[in-house]
Amino acid sequence: MLSRISRIGARLLREAKAETRAGHLISSQGSLYQRHVNRHSAPVVTPVLSLRNVLFSTATSGGPDESSQEKISVTFVNKDGSEKTISVPVGMSMLEAAHENDIELEGACEGSLACSTCHVIVMDVNYYNKLEDPTDEENDMLDLAFGLTETSRLGCQVIAKPELDGLRLALPAATRNFAVDGYVPKPH
Amino acid sequence: MVLGLRILSRAVGELRPLLVHGPTRGFSASASEPLHVCVVGSGPAGFYTAEKMLKGHEGAQVDIIDRLPTPFGLVRSGVAPDHPETKIVVNQFSRVAANDRCSFFGNVTLGRDISLPELRKTYHVVVLAYGAESDRSLGIPGEDLKRIHSAREFVWWYNGHPDMCDLSPDFRNTESAVVLGQGNVALDVARILLRCKTELATTDISDYALDALRGSTIRKVYLVGRRGPVQAACTAKELREILGLKNVRVCIKEADLVTSPADEEEIRNSRIQRRVYELLSKAASAHKDNNYKDQKELHFVFFRRPTRFITSENGSKVGAVQLEKTALKGDEVTGKQVAVGTGKFEELKCGLVLKSIGYKSLPVQGLPFDKTRGVVPNLRGRVLSCESETATVETGLYVVGWLKRGPTGIVATNLHCAEETVEDLKNSPNSYTVSVIMVASILEDDKKGVLRPPSNSEKHGRPGLLEILEQKNVRFVPFSGWEKIDSKEKMAGQPRNKPREKITTWDGLLEAANV
Repeated sequence: MLSRISRIGARLLREAKAETRAGHLISSQGSLYQRHVNRHSAPVVTPVLSLRNVLFSTATSGGPDESSQEKISVTFVNKDGSEKTISVPVGMSMLEAAHENDIELEGACEGSLACSTCHVIVMDVNYYNKLEDPTDEENDMLDLAFGLTETSRLGCQVIAKPELDGLRLALPAATRNFAVDGYVPKPH
Repeated sequence: MVLGLRILSRAVGELRPLLVHGPTRGFSASASEPLHVCVVGSGPAGFYTAEKMLKGHEGAQVDIIDRLPTPFGLVRSGVAPDHPETKIVVNQFSRVAANDRCSFFGNVTLGRDISLPELRKTYHVVVLAYGAESDRSLGIPGEDLKRIHSAREFVWWYNGHPDMCDLSPDFRNTESAVVLGQGNVALDVARILLRCKTELATTDISDYALDALRGSTIRKVYLVGRRGPVQAACTAKELREILGLKNVRVCIKEADLVTSPADEEEIRNSRIQRRVYELLSKAASAHKDNNYKDQKELHFVFFRRPTRFITSENGSKVGAVQLEKTALKGDEVTGKQVAVGTGKFEELKCGLVLKSIGYKSLPVQGLPFDKTRGVVPNLRGRVLSCESETATVETGLYVVGWLKRGPTGIVATNLHCAEETVEDLKNSPNSYTVSVIMVASILEDDKKGVLRPPSNSEKHGRPGLLEILEQKNVRFVPFSGWEKIDSKEKMAGQPRNKPREKITTWDGLLEAANV
């Protein structure tokens, strides 16, 4: 119950932070900035830069905990099997984290639990068990998710917390049948 | 000398196809000439297609045409006004429309302002995403009586679609409404009839609909389904919502909840059916003892199929629906449980009927069309010349969304689609997934070089479209025109605490768009 409240609290906080359109501007500026800097500097500096990126966006929105931003490492496994590891501030949803890092995760309803487009698959069941159980509302949306698995969740409902450091999330392979030219999938 | 040059140029001309088919063809084709793409229809299927095309092909120029002055299709005219969170996706679509390589042309009707052959002559790729704008009919006596509407008409009406603003359904002279069907659209219309009007007042429901519903005398809504609670076609989210409505008593007969071994097999195999059944069972026991006088009632009527509409005592209006009791029987071909009549009939009195039994797509001239299923024969979105096995692919013509898969949410299983991931899609028949598959087909075809043969550079894309529209004197609405409508609607909504007050007439929309 308590955790439910804190999750709602975190979402309210995020919503307040994001304030619809302004939020988009901030996050897209953030990622543009990062892309720009990455292109012109050695990869070794990346962690520092992403820290600056986060500081940049929190400074703009004036949120709390500016100095004590704890982060965890999360790896997204793309549809083509390629991987991208990012660091995610505690309290941030995987949907937001993906969008700030140009990971192709859809988010049609922007985290309001009205679609299933941010469906992710937790690749290690031990990590899956560290998450709180999905709410009825999340399960209602997971019903409609493409390629549902036992460890499926909605990215907008998975919130970074210290225990999740090292989390690996796969994007459902909606296009797996065309990854290789001429590959014909077996009929079900 | 001149002769020599001529021979040389001819030789180069002959070489060119070879060069284009060589290893660099992908690069040279995409770098030199844009891939002109026209998407017909600006609903979710259309916008997802545009987005995926722009992302997947750097040389793609995408024009989206729509017959309405407003974009977003069913997100505007289909999604219920009390589901604002479902409409958030328009933010994403608006970002697509803002892309330099994308343009919107509203108020342009395929088949009237521009023909399909004209579009195919102008664009390398034509994607039909215009959905389903007609209704399936029951084909039973009395279907054209007054106060019987299709759910689509009713939904368009309360959502302010300019083609349906004059529907004026009558809620005043009856206390019972029958909704035929138990899918999500049926649940939407039932919820709008039952929901407390002060809750609706702060949505983007059209003002005339809110006024009419405020005067409604309807207290009981019957949701009629041919099969049982295990087979109900709705999803858990929509069901949970209607079961939790304030001041509404839910009535479900306990006898209907008894399951057969075949039902249990279905529940085991389908997560969504299991969860829907559980919700219905829970609601049946929770509401059993409640009986407050001023409550409205929502009745789930299972195992009944409509056989006839009966007129009211005074003439041309509907007064009751005759229902036949059904029983479930395993279909020998599909293995599915289907409803069969038992020969026992009953009458359900009502003064309003909403038929929610499915939408139907309409064909346009020059388009292969399967009339019985109301879909376009296709292979992964590639339009086929006919349904037979000897069908050929219509080069450069694609179909997506409801027009591709039929409006029931089930993917067409024709022979050609045997390898498509039909089973996967059945569980997730959303516009997004279907668009991804179809765009993959387009990209594959372009790689093969079939869309832009070197011999043919007659396709001009956008300038060609503009020329045709000018010739025919069509006043199209650009995306900036929609933005004018949008801000006008939002401003008008403000004083009433509504997200927007929709402009509901053609003239009003065109005037607001300032075209």
